[in-house]
Amino acid sequence: MDSSSVSKNDKPNLHIPRNFTAVLLAGLVLLGICVVASLVLGSRLVSVKELIDGLFHPDMDSYGAGVVHKRISRTVFGLFCGAALGVSGALMQAVTRNPIADPSILGVNSGASLFVVCGIAFLNISTANEYIGLALAGAAITAVFVFGIGSMGSGGATPIKLVLAGAATSAALSSLVTAIMIPRSYVMDQFRFWQVGSVGSATWNAIAAFSPFLIVGILIAGVTAPALNALALGDEAATGLGVRTGVLRLVAALAGVLLCGATTALAGPIGFVGLLSTHVMRLVLGPDLRFVIPMSAIAGAVILTVSDVTGRLIGSPGEFEVGVVTAFIGAPLLIILAKRSKVRSL
Amino acid sequence: MTPTHLFQAERITAGYDHRTVIQKVGLAIPSQRISVIIGANGCGKSTLLKTLARLIQPTSGQITLDGKPIRQIPPKPLARVIGLLPQSPIVPEGISVADLVGRGRYPHQSLFSGWTKKDEEAVAEAMRIMDITELANHSIDELSGGQRQRVWIAMALAQQTDILLLDEPTTFLDITYQIEILDLLTDLNRKHGTTIVMVLHDINLSARYADHIFALLKGKLVAEGEPSKVITSALVKEIFGLDCTVIEDPVSGSPMVVPIGRYHRGT
Repeated sequence: MDSSSVSKNDKPNLHIPRNFTAVLLAGLVLLGICVVASLVLGSRLVSVKELIDGLFHPDMDSYGAGVVHKRISRTVFGLFCGAALGVSGALMQAVTRNPIADPSILGVNSGASLFVVCGIAFLNISTANEYIGLALAGAAITAVFVFGIGSMGSGGATPIKLVLAGAATSAALSSLVTAIMIPRSYVMDQFRFWQVGSVGSATWNAIAAFSPFLIVGILIAGVTAPALNALALGDEAATGLGVRTGVLRLVAALAGVLLCGATTALAGPIGFVGLLSTHVMRLVLGPDLRFVIPMSAIAGAVILTVSDVTGRLIGSPGEFEVGVVTAFIGAPLLIILAKRSKVRSL
Repeated sequence: MTPTHLFQAERITAGYDHRTVIQKVGLAIPSQRISVIIGANGCGKSTLLKTLARLIQPTSGQITLDGKPIRQIPPKPLARVIGLLPQSPIVPEGISVADLVGRGRYPHQSLFSGWTKKDEEAVAEAMRIMDITELANHSIDELSGGQRQRVWIAMALAQQTDILLLDEPTTFLDITYQIEILDLLTDLNRKHGTTIVMVLHDINLSARYADHIFALLKGKLVAEGEPSKVITSALVKEIFGLDCTVIEDPVSGSPMVVPIGRYHRGT
């Protein structure tokens, strides 16, 4: 390389964002802290001894160890959901080339909820797989519907139109959910967490049912990331680079719907995690999706766990569901993003 | 040296939705030459370029590369031969020059190859040719229009294709930058033998830089050949509806169109 006028420090690093290692390390450290916090903190504070007992001596049966046991599945489930939502948000933003796309903003979460609530009320579904199947169907149909409405008229699917279509759809679907719930107070408890999103009731069964979707979704995300990078330059440029834009959009959107649909099936609609994690990662890493997508998984896991722990602490002795907390953090961010002029040009 | 290619449009008809824009256009792109498509607004010159670039599927006829219909060639191998710079590509927010140029390497990368030394070299070479090596770590947002266009062309160069299609690469640029971009593209053609096909608005710059002109009128190819043979006052009257005198460009010797208006009729 000709470096006559380029000092060594300035040498362009073409394949890895300059601060990637630092960001990765910071992410992993934060993740570790979150895991410990999630195991220890809550309406009952766990001591170090109880934590170790709970983690490494499964046969120990003190009350503290029991609390830790319950919190292990909750923590794992929270990490998985956060990762899924983070990647799902990154995928949806890339596919729509829209910086404010997120499963909750596009109404996809509400669609998944509606289907699950209908399943509970009318079909008596009970297994995790039934929940997931219905949620995926609801998420997919809503995604197609919102994108269809948002694309109508001149200019195609602009950020503003997509958000409006998503918000309107979301409001309509949420009120349907409520309408189905209200007369059925006998299953209100089962319904309740669908409205807000919670990882508190996680079971190992649910985690096992959820894992394949998480793995497949993240794999697809990783494989399509380079092509999504090309798509970011516009459909014409991407075609010129050898991308089949139609197929790519379909596959990547499918992965996004899989991830958020499966999450919503088991945890209820948790909003804004995808939006938050992707934006934080883009801010620190730049726009290269090969790095933003996987790091959004870590960021999503951190954000969701922090929100969950926060909800437990604030709501003590009970708890606030994680969906309440993420909405509180995410809504202001959405407003800030929507106000920035560049949003429209993306 | 760059291999020669037979790149042809065989009686293609194409357009958008149900509106036909170009009709039964047949042409062969001269290999290792600079071709410019000219014509009035709405004559279909961009549509023709987009059809050549497989952005639009022709409703009849076909585009062939070395005798093979391009729709039968998988997109990535095709993208290693034919590159494209669209008229208004999108700049991802906050992207650096090096990152953007690097995205031109997409068709050369496979799922597991990652970023290779060859990619590195191709990007460095493209930035050197476009003279933007010093800008490598800058954000695109900080650049002037002329610099931006050089970055985009560098991205297309990093793709290392034998054929490069450009849709109005000089639009929105000051005259200085227009000349700079066209000179750089000529360098590329002369030094590397890259076949260049572009749409240009300015007929005088087209006449100066083209080896071969394709003139379109209402979606039909009405003339083609060397600028000195094709660009006449009769052709300009036919395709633009403009009365003019054609003189010799004192600098390049190519034909130069001097328009006649209602207030300026000459002597």
